[in-house]
Amino acid sequence: MVKIRFFAVLKKIVGKEEVVLDVEKGTTLEQLLKKLEGDLPPLKQILQEGKILISVNQEVVEKHCLIQNGDEIAFLPPFAGG
Amino acid sequence: MDTKKAPLTDRIRIQREDFSVEDETLKIRNSSKRIGGIVSFLGTARDFSKGRDIHMIDFEYYPGMAEKRLAEIREQALKDYDIIDVTIIHRVGEISIGENIVLIVVGAEHRKDAFRACSWCIDELKRITPIWKKETTPQGEVWVEEHP
Repeated sequence: MVKIRFFAVLKKIVGKEEVVLDVEKGTTLEQLLKKLEGDLPPLKQILQEGKILISVNQEVVEKHCLIQNGDEIAFLPPFAGG
Repeated sequence: MDTKKAPLTDRIRIQREDFSVEDETLKIRNSSKRIGGIVSFLGTARDFSKGRDIHMIDFEYYPGMAEKRLAEIREQALKDYDIIDVTIIHRVGEISIGENIVLIVVGAEHRKDAFRACSWCIDELKRITPIWKKETTPQGEVWVEEHP
């Protein structure tokens, strides 16, 4: 199982703070995103805009990254600290 | 005392409560007798932004990842600039207009390195740290996307 977290404006758009999903061995982030887009339609448009970073275990990754059980995936909207 | 080995939890903090600029400046000043210049950046909550009145600001962050990014910024600054010590503190949660938001204090032998490092630290904080800002305006709540 992997935990998927949404922060800031994404929580409001997606309507959830987190989702837990089962993943098969060898699943890539890209494959996981396709599944999530089906489950959470607002996510598809947001990802197409290209402003969102995605982290796995608190490190920003690319879409070809392999996902493993126990990973924590987070959708990070543009940062606005300071 | 080797200030680069000061407890990281004291030099890097994300916290709800306010901080004292004076206390944090003194900590840097007292950390080494080699320090000849201290530069600080204090970010505060303003009441007007992008043509909108702001009544309140609420900061959210990614616990764990945000602290890690601040620690990386501090380490990189200590490596890349000729400075002696750095403190970076960011508040989260609800912050009223006029209150403190973020503090960076840099101690160095000479002012030029302290200025450069302080400027780089706040720019880098804005660029890579997972912190988000929601402003409460008369028209409702707005998540801020861009941050000059």
